[in-house]
Amino acid sequence: MKILVCISNVPDTTTKVKFKEGDSLFDDSGVQWIINPWDELALTRAMELKEDAGNSVNEICVIHVGGASADATLRKALAIGADKAVRIDACPADAYHVAGQIAEYLKENPFDIIFSGIESSDYNGSSVGAMIAEFMDYPGISSVTSVNLDDDDIQVNRAIPGGKQVIKTETPFVAVVQKGIANEPRIPSMRGIMMARKKPLEVKPAAELEVLTESIKFELPQEKGACKMIDSESTEQLVDLLKNEAKVL
Amino acid sequence: MNFEFTEEQLMIRDAARDFAQRELLPGVIERDEKAIYPTEQVKKLGELGFLGMLVGLDYDGGGMDTISYVLAMEEISKIDSSVSVIMSVNNSLVCWGVEKYGTEEQKQKYLKPMARGEKIGAFLLSEPEAGSDATSQRTTAVDMGDHYLLNGTKNWITSGKSASTYIVIAQTHPELKHRGINALIVEADSEGISVGPHENKMGMRASDTHSVMFNNVKVPKENLLGEEGFGFKFAMKSLEGGRIGIASQALGIASGAYELALKYAQERKTFGKEIINHQAIAFKLADMATEIEAARFFCLKAAWLKDQGKPYGHASAMAKLYAAETAMKVTTEAVQIHGGYGYVKEYHVERLMRDAKLTQIYEGTSEIQKIVISRGLVD
Repeated sequence: MKILVCISNVPDTTTKVKFKEGDSLFDDSGVQWIINPWDELALTRAMELKEDAGNSVNEICVIHVGGASADATLRKALAIGADKAVRIDACPADAYHVAGQIAEYLKENPFDIIFSGIESSDYNGSSVGAMIAEFMDYPGISSVTSVNLDDDDIQVNRAIPGGKQVIKTETPFVAVVQKGIANEPRIPSMRGIMMARKKPLEVKPAAELEVLTESIKFELPQEKGACKMIDSESTEQLVDLLKNEAKVL
Repeated sequence: MNFEFTEEQLMIRDAARDFAQRELLPGVIERDEKAIYPTEQVKKLGELGFLGMLVGLDYDGGGMDTISYVLAMEEISKIDSSVSVIMSVNNSLVCWGVEKYGTEEQKQKYLKPMARGEKIGAFLLSEPEAGSDATSQRTTAVDMGDHYLLNGTKNWITSGKSASTYIVIAQTHPELKHRGINALIVEADSEGISVGPHENKMGMRASDTHSVMFNNVKVPKENLLGEEGFGFKFAMKSLEGGRIGIASQALGIASGAYELALKYAQERKTFGKEIINHQAIAFKLADMATEIEAARFFCLKAAWLKDQGKPYGHASAMAKLYAAETAMKVTTEAVQIHGGYGYVKEYHVERLMRDAKLTQIYEGTSEIQKIVISRGLVD
């Protein structure tokens, strides 16, 4: 059984976001890139499934759509334990474009399970996994919190408001995973880091796909105002400020 | 010259940083206060391969270069130098010596489990009356034909209780003075070994520092490291590399304290503005950042020389001296920037200041480093 984990290369969560060229492009100068946290959890769960001797998982491949600047992130995925990495050499335009590129790869290179993080921590589109499922006509399960394999008996849990839903499915399928799929992302071991350079990182040319959207402009959220501390006993002052200054009452 | 790190080196730095934040930061204050040995943390450090990261892949190590080691030591020492000293001793004193001078049998038997982090090593050189003056070894290893008979006491032994494998420096031929000293691999559970109480230290309180006493301990002849009489030279060679580890530890303590002070200075307001906007504080931070960068260059230069197979003893002495002095100065200033908050435990900087003091003392005091450096000037 083969698992494909979709990897998004995102700015470190402490990055100070800036834009350039009339606020039309993200300014990536000085940015430290990391594996999208949800994708990292997906990779961790994939590793756990492979390490469980009771499963037939024998290959984990990570895939990314983007430029060469993501290679370090892909090598980290290899150091964590993926067997192989694939980078589709394209400038990702939007979720539809990214999903289309991955689907084109899947048509030539079938996998049994496709993991996609529920969203990327940069653009938060939450669309790629579902779009891959649609492109491939595979079952697509969202908000997945656990995937358990027992030969052909595959059980997937997904979070629903106030509880969980248990789903049985068959391969191939797409699992759009969220927090809970694994406890915490793995730290690559020294040996894993050394072995990563010997593992394949294939760069594939992009498929000719139509781009349906165009990003025009970015805007930062309004800066938070100064915090005003009020004595816990001064309820009258609090009401007055909420009514007359914040004008929320 | 190339000031860029490789992809692997950056990955190792990030792995060490993640490990320190995730595994070491929780509980670091309590472990320090109550002098609790970081059993679980050291186990995980071993599983990730940090305890044997300098050992070759053939002997189950990480096969990393010394520059990677500096980066990892800095990150781990930013958070918990009680853990990083265990990592430093295991890597650069014990594993290094066995890998460099050990027989194939010694490597298979002793190096591999230490490189995998399954067993911890300790380096037993200091004695009650032989600290900086390491030639005055009183511990004896009498040649009994088929074994050495070990007697004596070793002091200030990092991992003295938790280690399974000791490298013991002992005198076999007193008439030959330092040329009669041997280095022996001794299994810590050998009959006749007793371990003294945990030293109640000022800093690095969670690492287990003990005296170790030897009373007629039989050590097999095949456990001799290197040639007969090589022990003193072996110890000095080991300490050359050990200094890179402790220099990197001092660098990490300094940069950890600096990062906390920088953050605090941007949050704490006095007289209507953040204290970083007061020149008195801004200049302190400028000095701290500059000196830390200089210490980092010293450490990386010594590591680079070692990786290139060039002599590095002089450079590692400079790195240890400068980084330790910087750590003491920077941590003191970090406490000052924090004001009263710096003097209480929850803000970490007082602990880093106590930890910094030890880097000026162990694995060669700052004064000893100056002897090494000054002798190198006229060689």
